Amino acid sequence: MTIRSTRRSLLAAGGTAGVVLGAAACSSSDPFEEDTAQGGEEGTAPSDGGGAVGSSTLVIGSQAYYSNEIIAELFAQVLEAEGFTVERQFQIGQREVYVPELENGSLDVLPEYLGNLLQHYEPDAPSASPEEIHSALGEALPGALRVLDFAEASDQDSYTTTAAFAQEHSLTTIADLAGIPDLRIAANSEFEVRPYGPEGAKSIYGVDVTVVPVEDSGGPLTVQALTDGDVQLADIYTADPAIAANDLVVLEDPESMILPQNVVPLVTEKVDETAAAAIERVIEQLSADDLVAINQRSVEEQANSATIATDWLGEKGLV
Amino acid sequence: MNGSPLGQALEWMADPARWTGPSGIPARMLEHLGYTALGVLVAALIAIPLGLLVGHTGRGKGIVVMAAGAARALPTLGLVTLFALLMGIGLTAPLLAFVVLAVPSLLAGAYSAVESADPATVDAARAQGMTEMQILTRVEIPLGLPLLIGGLRGATVQVVATVMLAAYVGNGGLGRYIFLGLGSQDYPQMIAGSVLVIALALVLDLLLLGVQRLTAPRGV
Repeated sequence: MTIRSTRRSLLAAGGTAGVVLGAAACSSSDPFEEDTAQGGEEGTAPSDGGGAVGSSTLVIGSQAYYSNEIIAELFAQVLEAEGFTVERQFQIGQREVYVPELENGSLDVLPEYLGNLLQHYEPDAPSASPEEIHSALGEALPGALRVLDFAEASDQDSYTTTAAFAQEHSLTTIADLAGIPDLRIAANSEFEVRPYGPEGAKSIYGVDVTVVPVEDSGGPLTVQALTDGDVQLADIYTADPAIAANDLVVLEDPESMILPQNVVPLVTEKVDETAAAAIERVIEQLSADDLVAINQRSVEEQANSATIATDWLGEKGLV
Repeated sequence: MNGSPLGQALEWMADPARWTGPSGIPARMLEHLGYTALGVLVAALIAIPLGLLVGHTGRGKGIVVMAAGAARALPTLGLVTLFALLMGIGLTAPLLAFVVLAVPSLLAGAYSAVESADPATVDAARAQGMTEMQILTRVEIPLGLPLLIGGLRGATVQVVATVMLAAYVGNGGLGRYIFLGLGSQDYPQMIAGSVLVIALALVLDLLLLGVQRLTAPRGV
């Protein structure tokens, strides 16, 4: 009995060591390459998968983010209405994965966000107005890529509070928070090191705030921490339907501390003037409220992105 | 340290500034161990008496084995999120999830410990006039103690490796380095956090292996 159980525990210990060694072996081959391998295979075209990609076919990609996929679908349908053949490559993971795909011409169009796209090329780019970021992008992007006009709609980090707290302290902008003691903001832990985190709030607005890390990227747990009163503030993406649903108030940012993230199409040279004009008609119409409404249909009705896109384009008379 | 991710992680850990203050490595390790101890302790208070009861009486074994098996299949991050939605951010939600994680191993350890006693030995004890409680505490538990400790060991290693999730809902522990490193693309910090968790898991595993050996009954 003793011998057997000892041998078993030795085997177990050996097994553990093996797993650890295996993990270590993985980490010595470059783990950052693995990310690049993912994504591309996922989510191929729902409508015209398998068709040969001719020179007139535009390949539209999207991030692995439901709201981004709907915007990509808007571009796809408006281009189809214009007579282009479109291939969809949706739900590609991160920027590190899809930007090279655009640079080498495997993708032609992808809905991007101003600030994050600029920081991909210039990590230290300071925050600025959307117009300034848009023109900075013109210089930062490699020759094969360009951005079209940006939309009013934006999906960015925010200092958001409850209606009650805003009223109690007469808050409209982040600056109004100055002097309120013991402010806590629920946000992903990287908020701590972002330029618009506690340090930025202190130096730009004179506001003292501590981060309570809640790691669901402004999702339900972050919202609940705010509505439960565990925190007074939360970093919630401004296009999130939860803001309206919970009667939350996004504090204004008059000094542009938070990087603007207006929706902007990132395209290759294959996108000609006709295609660009079609996409820009969508951009022109896409207001902040529209983006929230679109997201709301996805979150609350679980409607799929193609349906949401068709309905919205119909409403706006774009197809 | 040639700039490999692991080398950079070791450099990150070697910085003396990381070893002081409330977000320093010792403080985070203590939090991590504290959450682990709390989770395993609460789970042990539930699972060990239940496991001993089931092992001794042989009743309800089917249900317990099935429930424990089902509990093993629950994804802990899902539980943390679910419990935090029900009771808010803080330590209670992740702690409950860690208890759910630890119970199956402890339960299996406890009932298999009792079951492992030779029926002839148990019958002999009963024939000598021992009460059922005496049989359990003087015969079955001492004979099966290594298995019981084995269950504790499995539960502890699982929980210590999972306790990083406490940081998902506003707590401390080594998970803070992992989430901050992940979110800010500071991979040396992320790997350092993971390496520290692995080190704790190995140390606890070896310690409990030692205990397991020391508790093996002589002459069996």
